[in-house]
Amino acid sequence: MTTSQARKIGLPLMNLVRLKGAPILQQLHLEEQLLRTSSDNWCIINDGTNSPTIVMGISGKPAELIELELVLQNRVPVIRRFTGGGTVIVDRGTLFVTFICNKDAIPGLQPYPSPIMSWSRLLYKEVFRGIGDFDLRENDYVFDNRKFGGNAQSITKNRWIHHTSFLWDYDVKNMAYLKLPTRAPEYRSARGHEEFICRMKDYLPRSAFIENTIKAVGTYFSSRSIQSEAIDTSPDTAFPHSTKLLTKQELEAVFSSR
Amino acid sequence: MALRMWASSTVNALRISCVSNSHLSPAFSLSRCFSTVLDGLKYASSHEWVKHEGPVATIGITDHAQDHLGEVVFVELPEPGGSVSKGGSFGAVESVKATSDVNSPISGEVVEVNSKLSESPGLINSSPYEEGWMIKVKPSSPSDLESLMGPKEYTKFCEEEDAAH
Repeated sequence: MTTSQARKIGLPLMNLVRLKGAPILQQLHLEEQLLRTSSDNWCIINDGTNSPTIVMGISGKPAELIELELVLQNRVPVIRRFTGGGTVIVDRGTLFVTFICNKDAIPGLQPYPSPIMSWSRLLYKEVFRGIGDFDLRENDYVFDNRKFGGNAQSITKNRWIHHTSFLWDYDVKNMAYLKLPTRAPEYRSARGHEEFICRMKDYLPRSAFIENTIKAVGTYFSSRSIQSEAIDTSPDTAFPHSTKLLTKQELEAVFSSR
Repeated sequence: MALRMWASSTVNALRISCVSNSHLSPAFSLSRCFSTVLDGLKYASSHEWVKHEGPVATIGITDHAQDHLGEVVFVELPEPGGSVSKGGSFGAVESVKATSDVNSPISGEVVEVNSKLSESPGLINSSPYEEGWMIKVKPSSPSDLESLMGPKEYTKFCEEEDAAH
């Protein structure tokens, strides 16, 4: 037995699910189900999503966060997800990495927002070792002081989820759908979207990011690949999703009440 | 080293929390936890407290919990008339980027919710045992309270939990 094999024997198991272009609503429903009904650890990597979609956090108010008239005019889908955090517009240029873990999966890690965020920083420090000036700034992943990854979490009694949308690339036109948030991190310093964010593709190849992430996961877990089709999503395992696609009527009602 | 890096983000400066107008009093100062634990309440291992007065029990999250969660920006509560189950989630708080379940220490019927929390979710941080109360419940099983921790036990629980991380 090699040293690395011996070391992996003591590590908790991680189910690795790789998706490509999965719709973000489907991804979020899967995540919420696994958080609430599974007792395994999961890492989900979705390489891009199939169509531009706005995703707000659990308490997101459309009137405050999105340009409603433009969104309604162009029929951009709007989702309110089950985790906290801010608003993003995601598309094929977005890479998603999600960790769903039992609270004891990482030795010594308290299941609260800040420790989980700090742990994620350590993992991604490995991913981006030697590539740009990576760090965690007030809950965002940045190169230098420009954001390329946004995070959100949900913590239950015995499990937690930490998921990230990475800006591999973005269409400047899509930023027009998002208002400047009233609650913004201090380091943003009132910068507009284009001065605040950067593209991950300027730093490393897409495949390298995914492979580096899978390798970094191996530091903490013994991974096995699971096909998404093998995950039981039958009605017996269903529960009321709190992630919702907002209807056109709901958005129009908000727009009319301004 | 890695453990200290994770833990350091949740270590708090020494703070004494004042309860302004209540018969409740700080029972213990915690040498490691640095959070207030009040006498007269019962505590769950998921860091909720219960104050049982006559037919009604008031429930909220502890000072330890609010401190570890950070600034609360949104609170999700059930409707009055609904039921809660011991150990089950009845709502959630959003702090920074995270939603965190809040679990009921007892089973019963929700008779009142704190409507002030929709406009002022920060009351949970500034006054977790008083103005930051979350729901009032008519308990369905008196024995639920007996299995909860008292102040001394909860204090020790917090210390051991923080020491283990």
